[in-house]
Amino acid sequence: MTGLDELYREVILDHYRNPRKQGTLSGEHVHAEGSNPSCGDEFFLDVAVTDGVVTDAAMRGQGCSISQASGSMMMDIIVGRTVEDVRDLTHKFKLMMSIEEGDNPVDPERPGSVLGDLEALQGVRKFPVRIKCADLPWATLTDALDQTTA
Amino acid sequence: MTDLRALRADFPILEREVNGHQLVYLDSAATTQKPQSVLDAMDDYYRFHNANVHRGAHTLAVEATEMYEGARAKVAGFIGAETDQLVFTRGTTTALNYIAYGWGLNHLKAGDKILVTVMEHHANLVPWQLISRYTGAELVYLELNDDLTVDVSSLDQILTDDIAIIAFSGMSNVTGALGPIDVLTDAARSVGAISVLDGAQLVPHTPVDVTELGVDFLAFSAHKMLGPTGIGALWGRAERLEEMEPTEGGGEMINTVDRHSSTWAPVPHKFEAGTPPIAEAVGFGAAVDYLDAVGMDVIAAHEGELTAIALERLSEIPDLTIYGPKDITKRGGAVSFELGDVHPHDIATILDQDGIAVRAGHHCAKPLMKYLNIPATARASFYLYNVPEEVDALVESLHKARKLFGLT
Repeated sequence: MTGLDELYREVILDHYRNPRKQGTLSGEHVHAEGSNPSCGDEFFLDVAVTDGVVTDAAMRGQGCSISQASGSMMMDIIVGRTVEDVRDLTHKFKLMMSIEEGDNPVDPERPGSVLGDLEALQGVRKFPVRIKCADLPWATLTDALDQTTA
Repeated sequence: MTDLRALRADFPILEREVNGHQLVYLDSAATTQKPQSVLDAMDDYYRFHNANVHRGAHTLAVEATEMYEGARAKVAGFIGAETDQLVFTRGTTTALNYIAYGWGLNHLKAGDKILVTVMEHHANLVPWQLISRYTGAELVYLELNDDLTVDVSSLDQILTDDIAIIAFSGMSNVTGALGPIDVLTDAARSVGAISVLDGAQLVPHTPVDVTELGVDFLAFSAHKMLGPTGIGALWGRAERLEEMEPTEGGGEMINTVDRHSSTWAPVPHKFEAGTPPIAEAVGFGAAVDYLDAVGMDVIAAHEGELTAIALERLSEIPDLTIYGPKDITKRGGAVSFELGDVHPHDIATILDQDGIAVRAGHHCAKPLMKYLNIPATARASFYLYNVPEEVDALVESLHKARKLFGLT
């Protein structure tokens, strides 16, 4: 695979074109907003947390395929998990993307076993200026979760 | 086609490869590449003449001062100006801020209006917003026509005596649209307002003579016209520069300094506090020498032909939308576009893999993006060293982007 094919995997384009959980939440929830001012990408996130479990989430925003797909995949994976679990996933995601220092937790023998579809975003690592695109939803998620424990 | 191909050999960077392809540099609206003569001039200054300017009695100081002031004369001559009406600044942004603070603070009052256009770069918006906060002046906007040129049809209604400043771009860095310079300059004069021309995209690409323009102030940057970063110019009419207060105080800009007050050096030095960017000025001088030798009319013709080719070739690509005038007489060589639902940042990444440098984003023109109801565009922009084959490369790579994103 060339770098570009690795970057724009089919699953990424699918999430970009058909992002999951678009919209806002109406019940009790926390809200966080993230943006990359240099490129204008925006990400708005609603997260409902009950008894330490993420019960629902909704996203809005606009941006490149990487930021929007990363957000859409994030929505898929966080609902139904405990906040603790989601924070652990966030850490693993950031390790995979070389945003945080440490070994890549992804198991090349069993693709998808650690971070599901999100593992398709590994190709972004070869494009350092785009890593912040992939990170935008996750940075916003951390802001949101911090509000639930505050 | 005005063939300037031979000039490419003067630009060392054009020989390099990017991602295994020869560099195709289509981002000159952001910054231009530098010819060897500019690099040599700055190198020569540092190797053989480096010293601080002004008031020095030693030989190097005299030489450095002559080189710095010589550069001022060259840059002034390039726009048909008197040498002592040319202030060196850090760039267009600093020049516009100097006007906003230096002229605006002591002339604007509550209720005054500053007229700008929707296509302005943030550099010609935010300083006016800041100065409005201090003075109570109000920012008012001219909207755009369908072809994204400035709509001056409502000017008669907008034009009242409380308009104190009309500030506008000579050429949009996003759409390439030329500003209605004559109309707005006349309008300013008719109500006793001052006119401020953001020439960042205009001066590098077309012959400019301030004696024919009629504006009060002109701002432009060296790095967008083959010169180094860190230096630009503010030109003003003599009486306007006299009316202006210095925005920065310090060494070099004073006549006398007492414990509680000071008097200023004459224009232009009263606006140049501290040690100036000397090597950069020397490089700026070498850059305008280069442009003069090629001829600004030749450069404008070359870019016009190249832009026409680009507009035609790009408009043949399915799903591609160009944002800007199609009429070549109303525009310059910055071409913004969208390609279906492929985000501009994705376009830029894909093109970069073929060694093609374009810019993606809001181009520091968020009100314009909002007006167009889009978050961003991809932008290709041309200069004297670009050739038609580079348009071919751009088009080919855009087809690749379409394929990668499954556009049919």
